[in-house]
Amino acid sequence: MADDSTNPREPSDLPTPPDQVAAPKPAAKPAAPAEHPPKAAAPGGPPDPPPPADRTPPAFIGSLQSAIPGAVAQISYWVGDWTIIVPAAKILEVARHLRDAPDAAFDMCSNVTATDWPPRAERFDLIYCLYSTRHRHRVRVKAKVAENQPIASVTPVWPAANWLEREVFDMFGVNFTGHPDRRRILMPEDWQGYPQRKDYPLEGPGELLMENPLDWLKLKQARDEADIE
Amino acid sequence: MVDNLIIPLLKIVIVLNATLVAVTYMVLLERKVIAWAQSRLGPMRVGPYGILQPIADAVKLMIKEDITPTRADKWVFTAAPIIAMVPALIVYAVIPFGPEVSLFGRKITLYITDVNVGLLYVVSVTSVGVYGIILAGYASNSKYPLLASLRASAQLISYEVAVTLTLVSVILVAGSLSMVDIVRAQEHWHVWFAFIQPLAFGIFFIGGLAETNRAPFDLPEAEQELTGGFHTEYSGMRFALFFLAEYANMIVVSSVATTLFLGGWLRPFPNVAALGFLDPIPSWTWFLIKSFVFLYVFIWIRATLPRYRYDQLMRLGWKVLIPLAIANLVVTGIVKVVLAT
Amino acid sequence: MFDTNELVLNMGPQHPSTHGVLRVVLRLDGEKVVDADVVIGYLHRGIEKLSENRNWTQIILLTDRMDYVAAATSNVGYCETVEKLMSLEVPRRARYVRTILCELQRIASHCLWLGTHAMDIGAMTVFLYAFRERELILDLFEEFCGARLTYNSMRIGGLPLDIPPGWDQKVLEFCKIMDGKLGEYEELLTHNRIWLDRTKGIGVLPASEAIALGLSGPPLRGSGVGRDVRKDEPYAAYDEMEFDVPIGTAGDTYDRYLVRLEEFRQSLRIIRQATEGLPEGPIVGKVPRLIKPPAGETYHAIESPKGELGYFIVSDGKSTNPYRFRVRPPSFCNLQGLRRLVRGHLVADVVALIGSLDVVLGEVDR
Repeated sequence: MADDSTNPREPSDLPTPPDQVAAPKPAAKPAAPAEHPPKAAAPGGPPDPPPPADRTPPAFIGSLQSAIPGAVAQISYWVGDWTIIVPAAKILEVARHLRDAPDAAFDMCSNVTATDWPPRAERFDLIYCLYSTRHRHRVRVKAKVAENQPIASVTPVWPAANWLEREVFDMFGVNFTGHPDRRRILMPEDWQGYPQRKDYPLEGPGELLMENPLDWLKLKQARDEADIE
Repeated sequence: MVDNLIIPLLKIVIVLNATLVAVTYMVLLERKVIAWAQSRLGPMRVGPYGILQPIADAVKLMIKEDITPTRADKWVFTAAPIIAMVPALIVYAVIPFGPEVSLFGRKITLYITDVNVGLLYVVSVTSVGVYGIILAGYASNSKYPLLASLRASAQLISYEVAVTLTLVSVILVAGSLSMVDIVRAQEHWHVWFAFIQPLAFGIFFIGGLAETNRAPFDLPEAEQELTGGFHTEYSGMRFALFFLAEYANMIVVSSVATTLFLGGWLRPFPNVAALGFLDPIPSWTWFLIKSFVFLYVFIWIRATLPRYRYDQLMRLGWKVLIPLAIANLVVTGIVKVVLAT
Repeated sequence: MFDTNELVLNMGPQHPSTHGVLRVVLRLDGEKVVDADVVIGYLHRGIEKLSENRNWTQIILLTDRMDYVAAATSNVGYCETVEKLMSLEVPRRARYVRTILCELQRIASHCLWLGTHAMDIGAMTVFLYAFRERELILDLFEEFCGARLTYNSMRIGGLPLDIPPGWDQKVLEFCKIMDGKLGEYEELLTHNRIWLDRTKGIGVLPASEAIALGLSGPPLRGSGVGRDVRKDEPYAAYDEMEFDVPIGTAGDTYDRYLVRLEEFRQSLRIIRQATEGLPEGPIVGKVPRLIKPPAGETYHAIESPKGELGYFIVSDGKSTNPYRFRVRPPSFCNLQGLRRLVRGHLVADVVALIGSLDVVLGEVDR
């Protein structure tokens, strides 16, 4: 508390002083070091590097490829994680196979999430992190989905995906078909917009930044009355 | 004239005032005892060691805003706490604090009156208190109080059966319904009824906990589950009345238990001359000490035990306590007949 | 004959015992719960989107505030994920200290769980006793990093500060005190008839359903599944520690209670081993001045007191902020199971079950 008036950004004896001078706003990056390019093009997609030559993919990927032809579009390996890239249309089949095949046995769906890569045509990368309690191995399954493209929900395979997919829908607007409960989960039910898309502002929709909150109230009242009429 | 009017009036005034003061200080006692059990100190700021805390509480509750929910039934809403409080106070009419003593040259009995159906009076008057809870839940026009008051009424009615059956066993042993006669019977038998009728004592104690909505049977007012139970919508003086009614009921149960099972105003071992040095201690002091022990155990149990779930509570009352009470009654009757022959 | 309607009872978001702003809309048939709709999102602060605009070290502050009861484990999880992404080597001493802090945090979190769970069921004294022990741990943390709740006590590559002199002795003393106190809690609860009645047979979840619902941590282990990230995918110094993982049998609330109680003891065991065997060395590894992991993504999980806490981080290799920061909160996935657990039980059990799942809304809503 006493130090607030002094420079809070004074690098102390921290071994790795972070680049705190750069203000954490997307627009301005003053005094940034030279290696940081100006905010030009957003990255076009994850690198998804193929596995190095000395690493063989685990057996279940091979059995997946033989069981469902065309299921595995790409295999990737990075810092110890295997990722299978799957076409969006086949996700439910792949999920079922991965859960039921004895050498895969992925009975636990740890995480379902999405990443937004706006420059790409199929802008969303849907990621399913799976774990097998039997074999104790992990795998990530990725599917690429375009903005309004529906994708099958894996809730019939793993009930754990229920809320996780609801959150992806809430935050990104991905359309899951066959989901038992298509409602927003974190945002209020009547919220417009999908907050975690890259084109959604961090501060929220503009109307909430009104100087005088009473203006917003009047706007809301006017809208409600218009609704009633 | 003096004997028939002034003295009973004086007694009523003294007993009522003493009871109300005792009830308010019960609040402080509970907070202190529970705090000490939880390695805390309890109220310490208002007055030395928090002695004036109940006065602060009373003043706060009296000056609070009087809120009545919009669609609540106004008259019933106001009457419910009164119906809960008053029976607890009028039970004191028959509770004997001591035998006849000489005071200012007059023989004065240390009880307001001795009705020859005293125990019946006690049981019936305390049953009326249940109405207060039921009406509170109904009149609040809200879901939580409704649920809670339904639970509370079912709980109270069930445990009253068990408690009344144990009281019948006591009546069998004492041979009379009058409260004073029951104490005299304990004097006559040279033993407290708690030792002759241990099962009845135990059932009465557990039933007493349930009757006064005390832990572990305090589901009707379980804050964690029903946000306040039947007194959710009450605030200010009305809430104060409910609050005090609960403690008044506790004191009533303690007093009745003391009279029936712990020898009332008798000193320990009244027939043993060796303990004659205890005689100068007035009889009502013994009564107060025994009641206080009871109250302390009530509070101790609240600090220690978790809460029963509603169906488990009902199961305990109906499937365990009532059969035991009936069995106790039957055995008492058989023994009495056998001893009489 | 009678037309009985179902009563819709709304518990929360303001409720004395829903452990935060959680709303459960119950449909009751008398006292029995027919269905429950769990509504969350009242504490959503947009931490994931915020993190896309903070640099890698600033996010450590944000991770504190998710599971605010067990902040050190959230910090460790994040730092380990970034270290995995950067393929950084963390020195052995730092890993040991991280282990000690995580296990202390586990005890603190379980103390809070025990106190609130017992208080919800009515045994209010245990609450005070558990918090008394939690105070001791918070004092230890305050001595280490200056904060009691939100520690910010990790850095990518190690820790910001070494432990103060004499701290490890204090930790060992604390372990001695805690051993005795565990006996107190057990005495009050474990064989108490009323506690058994309130927790045995409540919320029984068979192992296969628990796995399918995505539960993790004590709720999963209480159902008999032997899954603990510390054993299956060891991180920090857990591969050098000897400890057991308690696993329940019946999958009811009582088993989850016993699992967490035994976890207290195992945590004390780990802390003793780590403190006594604390190696010398640097407290932070060779970390570049500017943290910019190469482009790529990874998912890394650790065992927080609530369950499997996972971080999925995407780096685009060029900016100083992560491209995508995703937390897999254990409380979020455990809370999904509440609907399934609560069906058929009474209203009084709903509170016991929320306590038994041990949810922290900061983590659920982020």
